[in-house]
Amino acid sequence: MAQVSLNNVQKVYPNGFQALHPTGFEVADGEFVVLVGPSGCGKSTLLRMIAGLEDITDGSLHIGDRVVNHVDPADRDIAMVFQNYALYPHMTVRKNIAYGLQNRKIAKDVIAGKVAEAAEMLNLNDYLDRKPSQLSGGQRQRVAMGRAIVRDPSVFLFDEPLSNLDAKLRNQMRVEIKALQRRLGVTSIYVTHDQVEAMTMADRIIVMNAGRIEQIGTPSEVYHRPASTFVASFMGAPPMNMLPGVAENGAAHLFDLPIADQVAARGEVIVGIRPEDLIPDATGPLAIEVDHIEDLGAHRLLHGALRDARLTVHVSKDVEVAHGPLRVAIKPDAVSVFDVTSGARL
Amino acid sequence: MKKAGFTQAWLPILLLVPQLSIILIFFYWPAAQAVQSSFYLQDPFGFGSTFVGADNYTDLLGNAEYKRIAWFTVIFTVSVTFLSLSLALLLAVKADKVIRGAKGYRTLLMWVYAVAPPVAGFIGLIMFNQSWGPITRTFAALGHDLKIGVNYWDTAGAMIAVSVWKQIPVNFIFFLSGLQSIPRSVREAALIDNRSASSRFWGVTFPLLAPTGFFLLIINITYALFDTFGVIDTLVKGEPGNNPMTLVYKVYVDGFRGNDLGGSSAQSVILMVLVLALTVFQFRMVERRIHYT
Ligand SMILES: Nc1ncnc2c1ncn2[C@@H]1O[C@H](COP(=O)(O)OP(=O)(O)O)[C@@H](O)[C@H]1O
Ligand SMILES: [Mg+2]
Repeated sequence: MAQVSLNNVQKVYPNGFQALHPTGFEVADGEFVVLVGPSGCGKSTLLRMIAGLEDITDGSLHIGDRVVNHVDPADRDIAMVFQNYALYPHMTVRKNIAYGLQNRKIAKDVIAGKVAEAAEMLNLNDYLDRKPSQLSGGQRQRVAMGRAIVRDPSVFLFDEPLSNLDAKLRNQMRVEIKALQRRLGVTSIYVTHDQVEAMTMADRIIVMNAGRIEQIGTPSEVYHRPASTFVASFMGAPPMNMLPGVAENGAAHLFDLPIADQVAARGEVIVGIRPEDLIPDATGPLAIEVDHIEDLGAHRLLHGALRDARLTVHVSKDVEVAHGPLRVAIKPDAVSVFDVTSGARL
Repeated sequence: MKKAGFTQAWLPILLLVPQLSIILIFFYWPAAQAVQSSFYLQDPFGFGSTFVGADNYTDLLGNAEYKRIAWFTVIFTVSVTFLSLSLALLLAVKADKVIRGAKGYRTLLMWVYAVAPPVAGFIGLIMFNQSWGPITRTFAALGHDLKIGVNYWDTAGAMIAVSVWKQIPVNFIFFLSGLQSIPRSVREAALIDNRSASSRFWGVTFPLLAPTGFFLLIINITYALFDTFGVIDTLVKGEPGNNPMTLVYKVYVDGFRGNDLGGSSAQSVILMVLVLALTVFQFRMVERRIHYT
């Protein structure tokens, strides 16, 4: 077991592209950290630098109490699960799982025991003598997991391990991976572009955008107190409503309605409210014109206009709704206020 | 599903006629001729022939020189195949490290495939030129007088070297694209699983190259047996003398220099059987599928 810490780590690719601006964070021993962000924001680059598959341009990387900047990937005591599984096509499932151990001079019977244990844990017993091409996507993913588990590494690295699976299997594997990690207690860094995976699996989330970290926090912090408009709109589906507001006399106003106090800024601001924090209420202060209703079974999304701004209201399935005017109230303390130019939380 | 088909029977036949006639005229007919004349003894001046049954074959099999040449052919084929495959693989692995992901280079290197064999063969021969070839000179500087066309083993060495040299570009390109088609993540997984580069090569990269390698093995054996005729001819210059030669070259020497058409035909029939065996072997292996996806 080990903690991972990055100190001013950055990455400039040989073609001059800066994929990662100087970045620092720490992952505690046994923690499950999810790196989330849109495609191309540098998540894989960062993970691959931790794995040793990509050079670190500058800064220092610790795994445990070693600086591993120049340590071989095989000697970093990490295991990685790749998006396309990266199984060895010419080896059976058994050999795939055992390969990393065979090269570490471990006794044959110990290897056999570990493989059997992992196969049991992952329900792979019936497939040990098959080749990867004879397995389904979910089974291949399990083999990739098995390959990581038997190594008993200090750190698990996952690069979008579920994005090649269909939605149903993805949900199931998400739960399994999380349960497995909790049971094994191995420090894990998990890359995904799927904010649902991030919210459900993470102890802490690191939100990235364009080679920089936007926010580090627990799922609840990231969701309820987003550090920037980027985080606010990236996390959550549908995204947070962003409305034009004005700050004066220490409070933020939305169309003359004071909605947040203790705001130091003055002038134009962006007011962010989650769709589920807008509650239909005949006496509510906001008058919305609903023009589109999405019925999602368990709940409904009402899309409409508040003067010239667009917003979405999330209501449970029992609430009576119709097109046309609707008055809503705002849940107390559920408003975020952001700077207009920088997008930073105020 | 709607099935596209010919409405009249004569159209497909008509379309096949050119291809079929080429095969018949240039392959089956000469082959049949060879089989037939292998049972006859021809008059050296072309005035007639006598049926001699299997005599041409029994003569060959009892002939010490034929055995010697057959052995040389085996040594030559094994050396050329082994050297051209292993050197090309070595070069491809080195090149792959440099150009991984760089598609532009790859296309450029592909050009070698189209240009190299004839040019490379020519350059190879120049290197061994009797009076001013750099390799001849290097050997002279080392105290050995290369006598190509005169000394048996000097000639054999030059034959193998030029044949290998000529075949390397083709093997190189196939190996390189084989290497490049191994998924990056599989290599990276191996990088994490195994710190030893050579063990990674033999444990992961090489087995994944097996389909390419097997295909090239057959191509190279065929090449060494049959396509090296030009190289041998240039080095031996039609003067069999004490020179090494392969079975294919002996067919030519006996048939066209020695005017022994019957014996020469028998030899080519034996070679045909060899090709047949190779082809059957290849199809068998392909059926057993040495590929993984
Ligand atoms: N080898 C490379 N050379 C140059 N740029 C690269 C290389 N690999 C990735 N990039 C660029 O770096 C950025 C981040 O890539 P990546 O880390 O793969 O993103 P993510 O995993 O978040 O989708 C992308 O803009 C990508 O185009
Ligand atoms: Mg990625």
